[in-house]
Amino acid sequence: MRAGKSFLILVPYLWLLALFLVPFGIVFKISLSDTALAIPPYMPTLDFSAGWAGLRDFLSELDFENYVFLTQDDLYFKAYMSSLGIAIVSTLLTLLVGYPIAYGMANASERYRPMLMMLVILPFWTSFLIRVYAWMGILSNEGFLNQFLLWTGIISDPLVIMNTNKAVYIGIVYTYLPFMVLPIYATLEKLDGSLLEAAEDLGCGRIEAFWRVTVPLSRPGALAGSFLVFIPALGEFVIPSLLGGSSTLMIGKVLWEEFFSNRDWPVASAVAVVLLLILIIPIILFQRNQQAAQEADK
Amino acid sequence: MKLKIATLLLSASAIATVAQADEVRVYNWSDYIDEELLEKFEQETGLDLIYDVFDSNEVLETKMLAGGSGYDVVVPSGTFLQRQITAGAFQKLDLSKLPNHANMWDVVASRTEQYDPENAYSINYMWGTTGIGVNVGKVTEILGEDAPIDSLALVFDPANMEKLADCGVYFLDAPAEMIPAALKYIGEDPDSHDPDVIAKAEAVFMGVRPYISKFHSSEYINALANGDICVAVGWSGDILQARDRAAEADNGVEVAYHAAKEGAQMWFDQMAIPVDAPNPEGAHVFLNFIMDAQNMAAASNYVYYANGNKASQEFLVEDVIGDPAIYPDAATLENLFTTTPYDAKVQRVVTRLWTKIKSGA
Repeated sequence: MRAGKSFLILVPYLWLLALFLVPFGIVFKISLSDTALAIPPYMPTLDFSAGWAGLRDFLSELDFENYVFLTQDDLYFKAYMSSLGIAIVSTLLTLLVGYPIAYGMANASERYRPMLMMLVILPFWTSFLIRVYAWMGILSNEGFLNQFLLWTGIISDPLVIMNTNKAVYIGIVYTYLPFMVLPIYATLEKLDGSLLEAAEDLGCGRIEAFWRVTVPLSRPGALAGSFLVFIPALGEFVIPSLLGGSSTLMIGKVLWEEFFSNRDWPVASAVAVVLLLILIIPIILFQRNQQAAQEADK
Repeated sequence: MKLKIATLLLSASAIATVAQADEVRVYNWSDYIDEELLEKFEQETGLDLIYDVFDSNEVLETKMLAGGSGYDVVVPSGTFLQRQITAGAFQKLDLSKLPNHANMWDVVASRTEQYDPENAYSINYMWGTTGIGVNVGKVTEILGEDAPIDSLALVFDPANMEKLADCGVYFLDAPAEMIPAALKYIGEDPDSHDPDVIAKAEAVFMGVRPYISKFHSSEYINALANGDICVAVGWSGDILQARDRAAEADNGVEVAYHAAKEGAQMWFDQMAIPVDAPNPEGAHVFLNFIMDAQNMAAASNYVYYANGNKASQEFLVEDVIGDPAIYPDAATLENLFTTTPYDAKVQRVVTRLWTKIKSGA
């Protein structure tokens, strides 16, 4: 029984080791090396044939100068800050859009719920890239949205949305919406309706009951959804590079430029390691939140 | 059981080797070949051709330096080729497998030698200039009949750009092309590697930055052809393709290309074989096929770029060989400049400057 249990725990730990810690170790190692004009474009590289002496030489050539470099140019600080800002704003927007959807789904009659659930998941069946390209068609100056609004007469000049941060927010909210809706829906669906009846019996209005009963009880779902949106949004690259303008500064784009334009894998790796360190804080918070929720269930 | 897996693996790797032997993987620039040539290659040689495209030298270089790209033929431009040769990314050509090599044009070969000494690693595919494409109708409507459409002043003088902004102006997202152009405009050496000189380009770009709609290296072909934008700084053949597409669509858009009269950058796209190409044999077959006079002429006739193949010239249509925007006359040729690769430190200065220009940060 015990052996079986530890085996069960072993599986996720092996998973973590193989898919997270080992790649992280490799990236961290590259971040301590120097750029070189070679294949691969950094040095030193580990030479196993030289044995221990080779390992010692290898270790002695590693240093932290790339991290020092990140502090010397304010580009990186600005990019981290601007990514944080974009991630926070788009998480809040996703929450604002996602909560009512989840609420509506949870309050729909049993018959329609599977279909509504299906509708939330359905967009995932189309390639992510194609959906982002579709947004380019909708948001561009000559796009469907502008043509429609011009036709209705609501606006007389086309709205400039494409290639600005607004388009990035729209893209992130759209893409990550299901990650927000599903956890909130899961908590709302479990909500005991008699609690709301009790609140109304005790003199609460419907709106007050919503704020004092529904919202606190759905908080774990809203938090889980927010983390699921915030964490990938922070390092997002595809959405800002396709929908954003050249003035959209995000760390994912900076990382791309370090890799591709500067061919500087060590600095690119250092940027990635720092990004991960920034992300560890919300990930730990998320973990705690999950644990607390589990214990509350018991 | 173990034995079974081993046999499976063995047969799988055997299949993989067989597949490699009759498969050639080519990685070329987007919109850069007549697709019929690809079919012709498969029919003539019986090899399967897998043809992928990119639109920036940086993407190609990262793949080359990471190694194991899986491509047999790639097409970097001169300065990038030179750096990748230094890094050991390419293998020397085996001229005995390239009988069509005799077709190559010494005028171009002598220029590509500065990137690839003795042309040991590469053959020229196409070459061209970086210049200015305009929507003639709209630009003359905005700036008048004497609009400087053949001058860098059109895109670097804020007075002109302010008026053109609403109509749309695209710049190449390629610092190695744009910064030399800006330096040329202010009378500096376009191939300067001195960070202080390079820094002078910033002021030129910042003056016109608010009026640039987008930095992109391939979208301008369609945007110009559809009349979505007025001006694009881009590559000669791309703009000529836009001219052609607009004419075909008969949409009233007239596109013209000019290499700037102040001086324009001349570049060379070279075909080379990665050092770890899975099928170097097939790569040579592909290169030899491309160097065939009629094939090369078909490619140039289709994409409106000049090539480095002397024998192909008799098969070129008058639109191509007779157009000084494609095959410049002696006087224009005089006015073209080439650049050399930046070292890592200067490259960082250039990229940083470019980020600053694009994002304002």
